[in-house]
Amino acid sequence: MSTTRTIAGRQFRSYFNGPVAYIVICTVLVVLGFLFWETFFLYKRATMREMFRFLGLINYFAVPALTMGLLAEEKRSGTIELLITMPVKDSQVIIGKFLGVLGLYAVLVALTIPYVFSVASLGDLDWGPVFSSYLGLFLQGGALLALGLMMSSFTDNQIIAFFGALALSVFFFLVDKFLPLMPAALADFLEFIAFDAHFESLRRGVIAVRDVLYFLTVGGLALAVAFRALEKRRWS
Amino acid sequence: MSDVMIEARDLTKQYGPVYALRDVSFEVRKGEVLGFLGPNGAGKTTTMKILTCFIAPTSGTAKVNGADVFEDSMAVRNAIGYLPESTPLYTEMLVLEYLQFVAEMRGFKGTEARKRIKKAVEQTSLGDVIAKEIRALSKGFKQRVGLAQALVHEPPVLILDEPMSGLDPNQAAEIRDLIRELGRERTVILSTHDLAEVQLTCDRVLIISKGRLVADDTPEELRERTGKANFAVTFAREGADAKALRDAIGGVPGVASVKQKDTADADELVYLVRPKGGEDLRASLFRAAVDGGFTLLGLERRAEGLDKVFRDLTTTEAAPIESGRDAKIAEAKAKAEARKAAASDVASDADEGDASADESDASDDEEQG
Repeated sequence: MSTTRTIAGRQFRSYFNGPVAYIVICTVLVVLGFLFWETFFLYKRATMREMFRFLGLINYFAVPALTMGLLAEEKRSGTIELLITMPVKDSQVIIGKFLGVLGLYAVLVALTIPYVFSVASLGDLDWGPVFSSYLGLFLQGGALLALGLMMSSFTDNQIIAFFGALALSVFFFLVDKFLPLMPAALADFLEFIAFDAHFESLRRGVIAVRDVLYFLTVGGLALAVAFRALEKRRWS
Repeated sequence: MSDVMIEARDLTKQYGPVYALRDVSFEVRKGEVLGFLGPNGAGKTTTMKILTCFIAPTSGTAKVNGADVFEDSMAVRNAIGYLPESTPLYTEMLVLEYLQFVAEMRGFKGTEARKRIKKAVEQTSLGDVIAKEIRALSKGFKQRVGLAQALVHEPPVLILDEPMSGLDPNQAAEIRDLIRELGRERTVILSTHDLAEVQLTCDRVLIISKGRLVADDTPEELRERTGKANFAVTFAREGADAKALRDAIGGVPGVASVKQKDTADADELVYLVRPKGGEDLRASLFRAAVDGGFTLLGLERRAEGLDKVFRDLTTTEAAPIESGRDAKIAEAKAKAEARKAAASDVASDADEGDASADESDASDDEEQG
């Protein structure tokens, strides 16, 4: 367990030793601030719903940039070999990496908290949906991070890992956007696997088991696949 | 408990239809510095990756410090300090930060961690750069960080993949001294394709070629095995009957083969003489020359270098050796016989002796004897 924490800690700190964390965090906050505040006063309502919607959207594009290097860079530079030959299980490496990037993501999300208090000072903010939305952000973001980690485990090229993860993100984003064009049976299924539908109900303040389980399942599966991919080196 | 620290048995690694390693068996004892020698792609790194539990063999078993790489992988990892090829490090970290990370990964905390880091830093003389970013270090210092990393948990076994590659001669010498030093109380396996390195650093050499083990000996034994001393004899061409000369030399007891060598000097006739055993034939060759009335200009005894042996072993169709020592010797003998039969091409490139085998060549030798 402590090994997992050590890996996670190193991963987390390494983001701040390089430019990636700063670039991603700044970009996300600038884009989010612009999108949110530009229209905020038109609604004349103290609500955070729009911010969470925008942040949910931005996640699809920002998360792949956070995860692309997780394993790909270690494989390219060969440090994976040193890491894995230490007394550590492959699963601990995957979980540690995931927790490390989740920590960075938490920093990113935490930096939006001032917005919440700004809005709360302007009017009567309904706190219920705010909490459920943050939970939703962690679930949706966590699933995306796991998918990104999975793509990073497939290759030793960060760019490929980035676009692979982006393609997956966009898939889960777009998959319910053309439902009227789909046959009914397929439409139900596509709606179920789309990220937005599950995130949407959390954003409205409804914490449903199916939504929570959905994100946890996707994330868990992605981590399991990443684990298999890491383990595969041993047998191939 | 025996003093066998590493025991590999019939290691085979297959990538699809390609064998990266085929039935490789060897043992390494406590306190031995073992050199893994072979051309690129021969299977050195693959063997090391198996021993360090990075990959699994297709078949065969390996034990490190009594623990099986399969069943007791964590014990094996704890017993090994590993430096992979090209020294991969987290270059954005400070040296100290990195060593702290390693110590933590190895399960050391607080004062214990600090004590161990301090010791590793002292052993590798990293004190001056401890607060620097790894990426800012020279290659030699990076290599030291790599070694320090492998030493933090004071493992009984060190596995170093090409520890000297890419270093300038001074750095290489420093690292070599360090490895020798570390090898005094540890078992060390290092891989290299630099033969001089092996002669300077290792107690024993495994030569591996195309995934097979082709030699397992000390550097000296290995040189003797194929590279028996041979003799370059130079005569004045004037007034000498080449055939009579050849017969005279060939008639000396103990001579296995005689081969005329091309020479730049038209006034000289140079012969390469291979002895049957390891005996010194200079006296009898001299006497034969005098008795035959030939003018002897030079007589020189030369030892073949390890790189000649290396080339022979890794370019010929080498059969795998048995793990028993007797079988090895028998095979070496058989090989030597075969080589005698085909002495012709040996003679023509035997003049590439290495540095330690006294740098001389029949074509430019000085008058002797």
